[in-house]
Amino acid sequence: MLKLYETELSSRLLLGTARYPSPAVLSEAVRRSGAGIVTVSLRRETSGGKAGGAFFELIRNLGVRILPNTAGCHSASEAILTAKMAREVFGTNWIKLEVIGHHDSLQPDVFELVEAARILTDEGFSVFPYTTDDLIVAEKLLAAGCRVLMPWCAPIGSAAGPRNPSALTAMRAAFPDIPLIVDAGLGRPSHAATVMELGYDAVLLNTAVANAGDPPAMAEAFAKATDAGRLAYLAGMLEPRDMAVPSTPVIGKAVFS
Amino acid sequence: MNFIVNGEAQVLETVTLADLLEALEYEGEWLATAVNGDLVHREDRADTHLADGDRIEILSPMQGG
Repeated sequence: MLKLYETELSSRLLLGTARYPSPAVLSEAVRRSGAGIVTVSLRRETSGGKAGGAFFELIRNLGVRILPNTAGCHSASEAILTAKMAREVFGTNWIKLEVIGHHDSLQPDVFELVEAARILTDEGFSVFPYTTDDLIVAEKLLAAGCRVLMPWCAPIGSAAGPRNPSALTAMRAAFPDIPLIVDAGLGRPSHAATVMELGYDAVLLNTAVANAGDPPAMAEAFAKATDAGRLAYLAGMLEPRDMAVPSTPVIGKAVFS
Repeated sequence: MNFIVNGEAQVLETVTLADLLEALEYEGEWLATAVNGDLVHREDRADTHLADGDRIEILSPMQGG
């Protein structure tokens, strides 16, 4: 069973809550995904506004764990304050730490990320860092106190799928005992299956489900692909070969000529 | 006094952060507040005295990935 910061989870899919066509579709997608964790965010509330309250109520009614993010933050200090405000609102020490370094690629600023991770860990947070597949950055994040790593496989919202499977494989090999979650870049269920076959512990996705033609159906498709990839990893897969190997035994075959 | 509330200029005769939230009709246990870049817990808002030029952020839950 997947264990993240001492919490056991039966699902290996984490789902974002943004960009769905309606709150009802969001709720149904979360239900059909079977996700045990959903990500949420914080934004400025308008004067007299009740939008945040309505959304919070909806999320609480889903009965899943909440993982607030620091999306949109571009510095450690901004991310740290956002994390503290998220803890105040959502009542959880969990934080998906995002410190964005580049507007176009939404690539994390790993230097600010490591700094923010260290400070937030010291302040009692359980940090889920959105990072790259760089092994040295991963080591620094672990030294900063992170007990989960969440590398991207392609830019956020790109739906490009694993762009560098070799790097993901190297990361799995380098940190065999750390839960690794692919966060960002997954576009299709087959992408989720691929990273799970590489031995990743879970996947986190949003846009691929939220912007699908039928988000609840796509949520279920991702859940099945994630489970299939995990099962295949545990079952042990064949290595590809260059030459054919007959699957039907040739011993005892009739000779007609 | 002049304040910047969620990035917008506001002129209000309020003394504490709790007063400011009431004057601007913010309510709800889901709100988080910060003054000049520091978190102010909800139980401290009534004791948080504001000064001219303070920057106040008022955040609430929203969808996220």
